[in-house]
Amino acid sequence: MIQFEYLSPSSVKQALGLLSPNWGDTEVLAGGTDLLGLMKDFVLTPKRVVNIKHVSGLEAIRSEGDGGARIGALVTLDRIVEAAHIRQNYPALAQTVADAASTQIRNMATIGGNLCQRPRCWYFRNGMGLLPKTPDGKSMVVEGDNRYHAIFGNEGPAYFVSPSTIVPLLIAYGARLRIAGADGERELALEKFFRIPGSDAEREHDLKPNELVTEILLPSAKGVRAANYEVRQKASFDWPLATAAVALRMNGSAVESARIVMGAVAPVPWVSQEAAQAIANKTINEQTASAAGAAAVSKARSLSHNNYKVKLAAVAVKRALLVAVGQTVPDLSTAQRGGGA
Amino acid sequence: MPAEDKYAYPPADERTYVGRRMGRVDGTAKSTGHAKYTYDYNAKGLLYGAFVRSPYAHARIKNINTSEAEKMSGVKAVEIVQKPGSEIYWAGDEVVAIAAVDEPTVRDAVRAVKVDYEQLPHLVIDSEEPPHNIPPDTSPLGLDDLEDMARNQVPTAQMVKEINERGITFKPEEAPLDRMPADIAKAVKSAKQKPAEKKPPAWYKPAAAETQGDADAAFQAPEVVISEGLYGLPVITHCCLETHGAVCEWTDSDHLLTHVSTQYISGIPGQMAEVVGIPAANIRQVQENIGGGFGSKFGPDRWGIYSAKLSKKAGGAPVKMMLSRAEELEVAGCRPSAYARVRVAAKKDGKLTAWDSFGWGTGGPGGGGSPPIPYLIRDRVPNYRIQWTAVVNNIGPARAWRAPNHPQACLITMAALDDLAHKLGMNPLEFFKKNIELTGPRANIYMDEFPVADELMGWSKRWHPRGDKTPGPIKRGLGMSMHTWGGRGHQSECDLTIQPDGSVTIKMGTQDLGTGTRTAILAVAADTLGLTPQQITLLYGDTRYPMSGGSGGSTTIGGVSSATRRASVDARDALFLKVAPVLGSTPEQLEVVKGQVRVKGQASKALSWKEACAKMGAVPINAHGKNLGGRDPLMNSGVGGVQMADVSVDTEAGIVKINKMVAVQDCGLVVSLETAESQCYGALIMGISYALFEEKVMDPTSGRMLNPNMEFYRLAGIGDIGELVVHMMVNKYDGRGVIGLGEPPVISPGAAISNAVANAIGVRVPMLPLTPARVLAALGEQKGENA
Amino acid sequence: MTTNNKSSGFSRRDFLKISSIAASVPLVAGPKVIEVAGQEVAVHGPGAVPVTLSVNGKRFNAELEPRVTLLDALREHFDVTGPKRVCDRAECGACTVLIDDRLVYSCTTLAIEAQGKEIVTAEGLGGGDRPHAVQSAFVNNDAQQCGFCTPGFTVAAKSFLDRNPHGHDAEIAHGLAGNLCRCGTYRGIHGVVAQMTGREPQGNAGTTMIASRATPSSKGDA
Repeated sequence: MIQFEYLSPSSVKQALGLLSPNWGDTEVLAGGTDLLGLMKDFVLTPKRVVNIKHVSGLEAIRSEGDGGARIGALVTLDRIVEAAHIRQNYPALAQTVADAASTQIRNMATIGGNLCQRPRCWYFRNGMGLLPKTPDGKSMVVEGDNRYHAIFGNEGPAYFVSPSTIVPLLIAYGARLRIAGADGERELALEKFFRIPGSDAEREHDLKPNELVTEILLPSAKGVRAANYEVRQKASFDWPLATAAVALRMNGSAVESARIVMGAVAPVPWVSQEAAQAIANKTINEQTASAAGAAAVSKARSLSHNNYKVKLAAVAVKRALLVAVGQTVPDLSTAQRGGGA
Repeated sequence: MPAEDKYAYPPADERTYVGRRMGRVDGTAKSTGHAKYTYDYNAKGLLYGAFVRSPYAHARIKNINTSEAEKMSGVKAVEIVQKPGSEIYWAGDEVVAIAAVDEPTVRDAVRAVKVDYEQLPHLVIDSEEPPHNIPPDTSPLGLDDLEDMARNQVPTAQMVKEINERGITFKPEEAPLDRMPADIAKAVKSAKQKPAEKKPPAWYKPAAAETQGDADAAFQAPEVVISEGLYGLPVITHCCLETHGAVCEWTDSDHLLTHVSTQYISGIPGQMAEVVGIPAANIRQVQENIGGGFGSKFGPDRWGIYSAKLSKKAGGAPVKMMLSRAEELEVAGCRPSAYARVRVAAKKDGKLTAWDSFGWGTGGPGGGGSPPIPYLIRDRVPNYRIQWTAVVNNIGPARAWRAPNHPQACLITMAALDDLAHKLGMNPLEFFKKNIELTGPRANIYMDEFPVADELMGWSKRWHPRGDKTPGPIKRGLGMSMHTWGGRGHQSECDLTIQPDGSVTIKMGTQDLGTGTRTAILAVAADTLGLTPQQITLLYGDTRYPMSGGSGGSTTIGGVSSATRRASVDARDALFLKVAPVLGSTPEQLEVVKGQVRVKGQASKALSWKEACAKMGAVPINAHGKNLGGRDPLMNSGVGGVQMADVSVDTEAGIVKINKMVAVQDCGLVVSLETAESQCYGALIMGISYALFEEKVMDPTSGRMLNPNMEFYRLAGIGDIGELVVHMMVNKYDGRGVIGLGEPPVISPGAAISNAVANAIGVRVPMLPLTPARVLAALGEQKGENA
Repeated sequence: MTTNNKSSGFSRRDFLKISSIAASVPLVAGPKVIEVAGQEVAVHGPGAVPVTLSVNGKRFNAELEPRVTLLDALREHFDVTGPKRVCDRAECGACTVLIDDRLVYSCTTLAIEAQGKEIVTAEGLGGGDRPHAVQSAFVNNDAQQCGFCTPGFTVAAKSFLDRNPHGHDAEIAHGLAGNLCRCGTYRGIHGVVAQMTGREPQGNAGTTMIASRATPSSKGDA
């Protein structure tokens, strides 16, 4: 880490006043689980670190009258797991968060930080850039080892994958986001928050350098059957190779509407209309779930080393659908996450 | 009685500690965080050192500018490691060393140094098959070539052959003959001297083919079953949890105190003396604990030498130079890769007749030694042809990794034989039994171990032919492998002192890597003296104590146990000489039992240990124990082990999960049973880790390691290991003496797991680690997909 | 008994006690204060600032730059070296400590953030000079080899057991996933949890099991 000045504001307004309008000058410290590693590797070299952990009003989980929820950006992952309201109304979310990373990380990391975490791309983390280029201008990722890289949204220049294991499920639930900035607050759908950067100077989301995520708004999940399925190689603390989150509204035994979102497959969480269409008005079973998995990856485009991820993404979609309707699926090291309504 | 007999260990039922579970003596210090390691060293005025490293895998240094760094407040010393003009052969190589008052400052200073490089072409990928038609290098060998070969564990016989055939470019007296194995030194002395040839840089160094019998004819013989396959494992790293490093300080102008994190305490002064410019006698190395070595920590390395040089420049202040995790994984050691195309043939009854392999692998810039394939059976296969090409590339240099070259050879061999057994329609256990004579001198041990492993795994009850027919995507299978290792004790000496007040002190300059060396030393001494381990003080980890060899190649337990046994017996007998008259007996008639010195079998004619020692007078008893090396009957060489794996594979997701592993292991006389079992459990886990997860991933463009961290350099976690069962062949081969155990059990897991996966899914996954990508590709090829 | 070599340089006696210096000679002035959004906020750093930490019931003072992690403060400034620096990136767990009884990675916590909280390391787990029962169980089950991951693992295991007094294998795999070992001591750690929860350990002790029965005969029996 390079030297930096450290400030702990007590209000959102004060925090906003301390943030630079340019990326790179200042960074926001919440859980620190991602930021400090990036600073140690000199990938980020802010001159000022703004610790927002003492900012008031961002650490509550509130239940809404209709069963919805509002989760403050500073709520740590372990508190989401323990929150009775979440466990009752969003059991798949409680399970997914419980399975994220490790006990230590869940005790430290905040949900706001989880949304804003940077890609795990090994070119990026080794200081070669978010969109690394060879001396002759080609993508280092395309030319190099891309076994963990994108199979969607990889037309360039970005090839990294969106890292959060929680975000796809939040998007499937229809979560919205509140963001505070100098001009007041704004709200947007979580899936609109993520974007594919066109240059190294941009980030993977819609946040401005002097804005803060303040709250996640979850609509009521009454009648929704949701699940998240992650394919991880290790049973313990590992980044998934592909994930799929599904949220289904049922009409009897048939799917009335579906949101299907894949993670770790594209520079942004990847919403699959194809998979949703494949199961519209159908009963979920091995065949329809498989067909949805196949539809989900029908437009995938693999790089030189990641063809296997196409298969894994299809498997994740299939299994998430089966889990959502209460069926058991194979569960070795792959963690089976969050079945039920 | 013969002089040697008095040192022999008593039978099992007369031993209290040797061969039993006695608890790790250093356990509490470690679990409470009080045990101190090199990394933990703190002292007044401690400086922190760090290196400027090359970002390029192959480059020439053009210019170095350290002026900004030297001007920084807090920077105390700067040393150029490699001058302009030097050629760099791997990314992360050391260029400049700096010491400063604290770590943030030294890291700032490292970033302030400007180095210009001329980039040169590099190669970092090694899995592609080299051309078959490259003529072997026949040019005479320079000293550098020999050093490369030694560093890459090229077998002695192969080195001798090359020296004889190719000649040398230096004068024999220029070589460090005294540090070479005798056969190699002999070959060097008698080698032809030739002028050095200007060699163009070559990525591939093929060795001459080795042959026995007539392989081609054997493969063409009628009625043989032939199996062909490709097998391999990538470069992996040691990933010691305590990174490599050292703290050195000059206690006066010509005395150096070192704390190198090392597997070879006694060897540090001799390796540092010349480079720091003082006699080895003036260097004192002290190390209490070491946080992992696995073969990678024998020398002082650049961090040891430059911590001493920076300390000198900074007026003698201690300089701590510990590698970061990224540095550790990038430069501080890799296990060479090995890949091979193999053809094997057997008669229809299962008798192996021929082996033919074309292999390659890299150990970095020095190329790589050839693993001993076909493993276990090499000298006894009637017909073989073995070809090997070393890939010379720009990854970090190889270091010995627990059982050097053996896990690689074992995987390639046991996987090829398992595939052959499948083609023959045989249960692999029956196939190995059928060919057991080919394993040579340990055949009887394997035959003893097979039924034990069979029972613990339920092999015979549960084994099915290849391809689990259970419906659904989860397939389960069994696989097995076997291994051997030398493990004769190294040279080791022990001072044991009994004081007139009854206190006992042992001094040994050895080290405990966590294998349980301290526990084993105390087990031997306590048993011999009839005391408890708590009654004996063990001083170790310091060059001021009697020398002990490096803890590598499973040589420690044999070496230290014999030296300790000899010192203990001699000291005990000296005590008997003093006490016998008091008990009205002769020394030969005395024994020590549970803290008493007594006439054999007579509880009434006894003195407590304290009373007995009081009879010594004022002069302590001191005994010096020294093992007898190759002719020491208390230690031996050559163990046998059998392992079996039970795995499940998710054939849709390509995930392999270990259900259970069984290790049945011989190591002659077991000294410390609990820590011996722990060695085996640990080896199984390390084996699971390299079988499923570990790979040093290199970027072809930048030539850098892409996963120099513990996030994508994956180690098995607590959820990845399944049920582990270890059976030590205790009280069975005690008469063979003590044999080392560190390496052997880590040799087989990769092969056993790979074979189990093939048994489960019906197709071989050629390469380790068994990642989803590789498992799905193998399944796809089986189905005729273009994976 | 094994004895540390007293002259090995690891003696606490030699250790620079910054706290005593800081108490008598203020090396650094207090933080600058600026006004933002109508409220005052202190600017710490980028140079060294006074930091006070409570570790294992003792107070430690030092002058630290804000960029110093809790792990480095403990190890390099307070000589509390039970927490180890292994990955330094929140991946391996060797630096694990409790902060206000929450299990965290000290490598990824700034020292300056940890002020006003109770920090407990492996050294303080037993609450005094005695080892905690979990640490004794690590010895009983030989759940350690080189020992470098062990202090962090003991803290994680203690915290896990506090929350999962009946923790079974799957819960162990999940709850202790944040700690890695290279020597391979996980089986012993399963044994620790089994012992502390009063269960039979997973698997069996193979040597004892077979040795207690008739061992197979051998041609090479010595």
